[in-house]
Amino acid sequence: MRLEPIAVPSTARRIGLPAAALGATLLVGMGLAATAGANPLHTLGLIAKGAFGSKFAVLETLNRATPLIFTGLAVAVAFRARLWNIGAEAQLYAGAIVAVVLGTGALASPWVLPVTALAAMLAGALVLLGPVLLKTRLGVDEVVTTLLLNFVMLLFVGYLLEGPMKDPMGMGWPKSPALLKEARLPRILDGLRLHWGFALALISAGLVWVIQTRSTLGFEMRAVGANQAAARFAGMPVNTVLVKTALLSGGLAALAGWSEVAGLKGHLSSDLSPGFGYAGIIVAMLALLHPLGVVVAALFVAAVFVGSDSMSRAAGVPTYIADMLLAVALLFMVLALMLTRYRVVWK
Amino acid sequence: MTEVLDILLSVSFWAAVLRIASPLIFATMGELICERAGVLNLGIEGIMVIGAFAGWMAVYLGAPLWLGVACAMLCGMAFGLVQAVLTVPFGLSQHVVGLGVTMLATATASFAYRLALPEVTSPPKIEPFQPLNLPILSDIPFLGPVLFQQTALTWAGFAVAELTAFVLFRTPLGLALRAAGENPAAVEAQGLSVTGLRMGAVVVGSGLMAVAGSFLTLSAFSSFFFEMVNGRGWICVALVVFGAWRPGKAVLGALLFAGFDALQIRLQQTPIGAHLPYQVFLMAPYLLSILALIVMSRRAEVPAALMQAYRKGER
Repeated sequence: MRLEPIAVPSTARRIGLPAAALGATLLVGMGLAATAGANPLHTLGLIAKGAFGSKFAVLETLNRATPLIFTGLAVAVAFRARLWNIGAEAQLYAGAIVAVVLGTGALASPWVLPVTALAAMLAGALVLLGPVLLKTRLGVDEVVTTLLLNFVMLLFVGYLLEGPMKDPMGMGWPKSPALLKEARLPRILDGLRLHWGFALALISAGLVWVIQTRSTLGFEMRAVGANQAAARFAGMPVNTVLVKTALLSGGLAALAGWSEVAGLKGHLSSDLSPGFGYAGIIVAMLALLHPLGVVVAALFVAAVFVGSDSMSRAAGVPTYIADMLLAVALLFMVLALMLTRYRVVWK
Repeated sequence: MTEVLDILLSVSFWAAVLRIASPLIFATMGELICERAGVLNLGIEGIMVIGAFAGWMAVYLGAPLWLGVACAMLCGMAFGLVQAVLTVPFGLSQHVVGLGVTMLATATASFAYRLALPEVTSPPKIEPFQPLNLPILSDIPFLGPVLFQQTALTWAGFAVAELTAFVLFRTPLGLALRAAGENPAAVEAQGLSVTGLRMGAVVVGSGLMAVAGSFLTLSAFSSFFFEMVNGRGWICVALVVFGAWRPGKAVLGALLFAGFDALQIRLQQTPIGAHLPYQVFLMAPYLLSILALIVMSRRAEVPAALMQAYRKGER
């Protein structure tokens, strides 16, 4: 078997192969449903209905998509520059911690919302700065360091929630006190269970797109990602670009935690994120690392999660079918992307 | 300080060091074999999870313990094959595929667990490997309980490390494998298949990672729960770097690491532990791994072609 590069991939190839990847994912889903003893088509139908079948379901999907857009953007920005930030989970919690520290009374001014948001971004950026400086200064692989920091951060959150940040009224539950009303993100429309975090996520996606396509930094980020040696040869400050990328990526991931606390939950608990940081990797890859695609991919991933929860209650197929489907989708998609640029020759 | 000294002189501490090191040794050898052949296998964390689950499930369903280990190994090799096919002949990003395999394997274990035991809240226990009680040897004071009252799987771990070192550095196959990770074009020029060597290494390495996982359920905890691997896979990736891609040094690293882990567990029970939140102790393994990466960063001898896809005829 050999791979032959294709100079100009046809449109059919560029659209057909990703579509085939999604189709194959659905087939796997049907297989899994059948394994669990459920009717395959009916199960997929229930997932779709659970995600989009009612006003409540749609709002739930949009709410779930909000942190995924932020973490998806964080990963997409970093991966574009070939900075392997697998630590979005830790950066998310950094943002959530800041939201609680500043939002429970430390800061009482009408500016509390924008200030906490910026402070959260700063905290997330700092969490990623460490691994990136280790990479640029000492050549330490950032994949492992960012992964390991996720575990450290989760333990730190556990410590905060049982110690200094424990809610005295929490009835023994490890959770933080509730945010003041001024520090909460309001709902977009009265009576609709959807907060401004979703709108901010959409705006962030637009801004990241502008940065990547219209700014010098965006050009440098793409150049460093495409060919680091060439970028360095062209005189680009590669390490500085990587640090700037890290600050942006970490900041975006932190916004996910901030918006979950300030918009949805109102307090911090150690189950704030059911793996939004890791799911961000799937979102970013399904979006082909495109900031606007991230919005679509996040909606898809959120729909699979929300829909599977509801399907599981009705059809009895374990909810973990969602995690399996998304992992399969990720692998099929990277394969499909490669096959748009290479032809397989058997001989 | 006397507390630390007391711990270091206790039999149970040293026995625990070997016990904690065993899964790390299996998985680190697995990762080391993959990386020596040029493939970073980030599927390790998930493959350990599926190994832990498959081994435990097989034994729960009535299989003998060693058959459980074999089942774990086969499952690990199956996921290793996914990793191998996607990263070697197709040359996809080893980072992305590895994370994808970890997610897939972890989700598969959770899905299968819920399918098999829909209503269970506390996972059922199995009868795990028992410590080998060797006549005479086990009765030697201190050394007996430390060395000769471990389970057979611990001994197998050290044997696998020895075997890995032998194959990698004393056989033509090992030479070819290492060359595939250093200079694949030269391997191809010798008429050997880089694809075959790398795929073989990833599949075998993944099998070892899964055995590491099965150690957790079949020898250490005797039941399966979702978060049980808990970053051990990532720690093993760090141990490979710490061991400078050499089996002997990696085993020493695993022992050192297990020593710190055993120490922190025991320190929690002492007056020192009363002054510090227990989370600080639990963070230690992860922080220590990062520290190990920093210490070794200056002199690490990374396989030259690690993470580089090899496409025949392309430069």
